[in-house]
Amino acid sequence: MTEKEWPLWEVFIRSKQGLNHKHVGSLRAADEEMAIDNARDVYTRRSEGISIWVVQSTNVFASSPTDADAFFEPANDKVYRHPTFYDVPDGIEHM
Amino acid sequence: MKEIDLAELERDFQAKIDADIKIEPKDWMPDEYRKTLIRQISQHAHSEVVGMLPEGNWITRAPSLRRKAVLLAKVQDEAGHGLYLYSATETLGADREQTIDDLHSGKAKYSSIFNYPTLTWADMGAIGWLVDGAAIMNQVPLCRCSYGPYARAMVRVCKEESFHQRQGFEIMSKLANGTPQQKEMAQDALNRFWWPALMMFGPNDAESKHTAQSMKWKIKRHTNDELRQQFIDISVPQAKLIGLSIPDPDLKFNEKTGHYESGEINWDEFWQVVEGNGPCNKDRVDTRRRAKENGQWVREAANAYAEKRRIRKKAS
Repeated sequence: MTEKEWPLWEVFIRSKQGLNHKHVGSLRAADEEMAIDNARDVYTRRSEGISIWVVQSTNVFASSPTDADAFFEPANDKVYRHPTFYDVPDGIEHM
Repeated sequence: MKEIDLAELERDFQAKIDADIKIEPKDWMPDEYRKTLIRQISQHAHSEVVGMLPEGNWITRAPSLRRKAVLLAKVQDEAGHGLYLYSATETLGADREQTIDDLHSGKAKYSSIFNYPTLTWADMGAIGWLVDGAAIMNQVPLCRCSYGPYARAMVRVCKEESFHQRQGFEIMSKLANGTPQQKEMAQDALNRFWWPALMMFGPNDAESKHTAQSMKWKIKRHTNDELRQQFIDISVPQAKLIGLSIPDPDLKFNEKTGHYESGEINWDEFWQVVEGNGPCNKDRVDTRRRAKENGQWVREAANAYAEKRRIRKKAS
């Protein structure tokens, strides 16, 4: 008989309270609960995390790297969004 | 694709590599780059997985609870490293199941060092010290490899492996300073693992068919001979410090170059083991194949359990 392959999961770990979850890699597991158990064993053997998210890889939608230049272009000419764009007279503090 | 587009894509790709910009899974890459990485990363993954076997052989016979806990943790790390690496091959579009079946059919290779038997407890020391030492030397430059997921996996692996080498050296050092029989056991393990460890860096540069292209793509950062020399220069004084001798009558220090010069590696033995004629090749692959067959019911049970939970969830 042909085996049904376990789906692929992307694993995100919060390393400590106050930080966001960060992608660390992927693994295969039959369902979300087993994915979390496996993620604990594969990605937190040395106390690297206090919280785990798993997302089935097929549910991740990504922007296209080939269109990245055009896609992110709108931000490139808006330097006025950065504080360094503005002239502030010498001697002004706390700004 | 039009040829002109392809040439342009390849030029842009190489420009990124030259500028040390990492390549990520969905980026365009030449087919050969993808194939080279799949081959190298899957071989690396297989080496981690097969690498559990020679050490697994001694878990039940470790001389103390401390040594046993340490060896278990090390073998478990190797399973983890295999998993990081199989995941990295999947980001390149490789089929995981197929990748593993290629190991079982003999189509895919793994590091030849694991085709040598572990005859005594001292071999756990020699493997940790020399085999993990050589592996670390290979892996540290891979942390800067041009392919993002491989480089990131290597950062994790290298962090975890530093204890592997230290625990091995600790075993060797304790034995070397123990009874005459214990010292003899340590020396015997060194005698058997020294040359195979040197072979882990692969053929001489002149014989290495993939090196030039891999260096251009920044998959590889140093040649086989450079890394091997570095390993010899570091390991010889370590052996001396614990009173063991390197089994190479031609070994001598060159004051001018600051490097050790060593005898000729038995490349015939190297190729024999690569071709499948080492002492344990058949046993290793058979063991892996059996593990997959014997684990089939577990994978099926997990699927059945997941299905049952899905149905129960829907009903509630």
